[in-house]
Amino acid sequence: MSEQKEIKFSEDALALVDRIIRRYPEGKQKSALLPVLHIAQAEFGGWLPAPVMDYVASLLRIQPIEVYEVASFYTMFNLKPVGKCVVEVCRTGPCWLMGAEDIVKYMEKKLGIREGETTADGMFTIKTVECLASCGTAPMMQIGETYHENLTLQKVDEILDTCRTTVKEPVSHWRKDKIKG
Amino acid sequence: MGRKLLTEHINVPGIRNLETYRRQGGYETLKKALAMKPEDIVEEVKKSGLRGRGGAGFPTGMKWSFLAKPEGVPRYLVCNADESEPGTFKDRYMMERLPHLLIEGMAIGSFALGCRTSYIYIRGELMYVFQILQEAIDEAYAAGLLGKNIMGTGWDFDLHVHCGGGAYICGEETALIESLEGKRGNPRIKPPFPAIRGVWDCPTVVNNVESIMAVVPIVRDGGETYASIGIGKSTGTKLISACGHLKKPGVYEIELGVPVEEFIYSDEYCGGIRNDKKLKAVVAGGSSVPVLPAELILKTAAGEPRLMSYESLAEGGFASGTMLGSGGFIVMDEDTSIVKNLWTFTRFYHHESCGQCSPCREGTGWMEKILHKILDGHGTLSDVDLLWDIQSKIEGKTICPLGDAAAWPVASAIRHFRHEFEEYVRNPQAIRTDHHYYRVNNLSPELA
Ligand SMILES: Cc1cc2nc3c(=O)[nH]c(=O)nc-3n(C[C@H](O)[C@H](O)[C@H](O)COP(=O)(O)O)c2cc1C
Ligand code: SF4
Ligand code: FES
Repeated sequence: MSEQKEIKFSEDALALVDRIIRRYPEGKQKSALLPVLHIAQAEFGGWLPAPVMDYVASLLRIQPIEVYEVASFYTMFNLKPVGKCVVEVCRTGPCWLMGAEDIVKYMEKKLGIREGETTADGMFTIKTVECLASCGTAPMMQIGETYHENLTLQKVDEILDTCRTTVKEPVSHWRKDKIKG
Repeated sequence: MGRKLLTEHINVPGIRNLETYRRQGGYETLKKALAMKPEDIVEEVKKSGLRGRGGAGFPTGMKWSFLAKPEGVPRYLVCNADESEPGTFKDRYMMERLPHLLIEGMAIGSFALGCRTSYIYIRGELMYVFQILQEAIDEAYAAGLLGKNIMGTGWDFDLHVHCGGGAYICGEETALIESLEGKRGNPRIKPPFPAIRGVWDCPTVVNNVESIMAVVPIVRDGGETYASIGIGKSTGTKLISACGHLKKPGVYEIELGVPVEEFIYSDEYCGGIRNDKKLKAVVAGGSSVPVLPAELILKTAAGEPRLMSYESLAEGGFASGTMLGSGGFIVMDEDTSIVKNLWTFTRFYHHESCGQCSPCREGTGWMEKILHKILDGHGTLSDVDLLWDIQSKIEGKTICPLGDAAAWPVASAIRHFRHEFEEYVRNPQAIRTDHHYYRVNNLSPELA
């Protein structure tokens, strides 16, 4: 991982963090923590090692513990390395009624891993998540910012195949190209 | 056809963009509002009878009039776009398609409340909607509809979007405020209420996306016109997100008071049950509200047709009624296992409990485990009583209503479907072969 490299946001990311901080009143820069953690995950390979969290703390002029306690509370932040594509499958009631369990089992079998694990080639992590406000188009899953809805097993095949052939860098919720400008 | 106040233009191509939105009359209501006295806008919202669309149904005008206005202290309007209640997907649908309606509503509301800066708090998973909102906000700034001297009136106002990090509890308004301050989403003890001490200790109003959007037609047409739609104290229109075993799941704008039967079966709405199966049960207002069996959702215990309104759905109290809640309408056909559906809900609440109160933190975990044991074929009859006991010891004994929200589905499932729990206990063999496993399509027989 990037532990050896100096931990520093790109110029674009730093400029964005600056703009975000200015959305909150003077002295309330801690409010920018959640957006900045999303940006950090996008900048540093899809997860948040402790040195990255320390860096975020220094950017926002808060204590590292204030970052750790927040990063560990919210489910979107990964505190362990993950695959390039984290496949987040909704498992809550409405999706279950439409076959979410089948989607998870199918994917586990196809990828040869269990939910929560990452494939040996570092390509996929399967993560089950709770309701993503897409219950009318269930079953569904999310990869990065993209919602994949009305899933069928063929669709899952297609989506995973597309990921395998097109994804070279870790996919984050905050799209990297949205950090510029 | 029911009147459409929020979704009238939703299918106009390009309505997401400012220019098209303005061609449909967009931002005319903001112009009207900026020529009114702020207190008169609050008065119109009061007259409209609008009730909070986030779940609790508290009158919006009244909430606005409670906002403290100490001299020299900023106050804030925060839009709750956390939408995480299972079964609820209306706010996402609206924001994705009509971001400017939300922005216009936020500007009008902020002007009425005297806010100079306001925030939209959107759940982090909806990052693509966050970007849609951000682009729409940028457009509005460029057109002089946000920022300095809006529409030449001398009024300055800033609007920002803030994204969460994945936590259902941040939909609870005080947890949302904590989260907006960059902290864990731990609900605060009330009082003080946000109207007195909210974000950064300043007076704050938190409103749901749909409530804020509804302010636009209210100010446009007048509160009384809005109040003339609907039935009794359930005024206006409501967005219902319908899901589960329906022919046509989706988001529907209804006039409050439509019969439940019409909503489920008519072609204007959900078109009936998928595969023409029989209706077994409905969770009418998001996972937190009591589940009702078919006969009680279609008709009240007194035999009256049940209507889609706050009062009619609540008729009979928790003994035979439920709640309109967030409008997340989850429909289950005759093959559904109530016990297994309940287990997914209980697992959800256990996962989402912030952990501050022991009854919620521990109780949700115990309920999840007991349900799992029953589903696994190792349950006993006393487990059902134990479940009942645990839920009764969570309800009303916690800092925030997540505890109640976890207890009610369990209580109602046992109240109306006790026989099903007992069946699982008595006949564990049947569990392996019965219908509690849904397949996505017929391509996966090997997984059955
Ligand atoms: C656990 C919990 C989750 C909630 N989630 C949401 C939500 O996602 N969206 C929402 O608008 N209100 C939610 N609420 C209700 C809010 O606390 C609050 O009542 C609402 O945002 C007020 O807006 P309204 O008056 O416009 O409905 C939730 C409440 C609780 C207790
Ligand atoms: S009821 Fe549950 S979610 Fe609410 S404050 Fe207590 S522990 Fe947290
Ligand atoms: S239950 Fe899966 S999106 Fe709501």
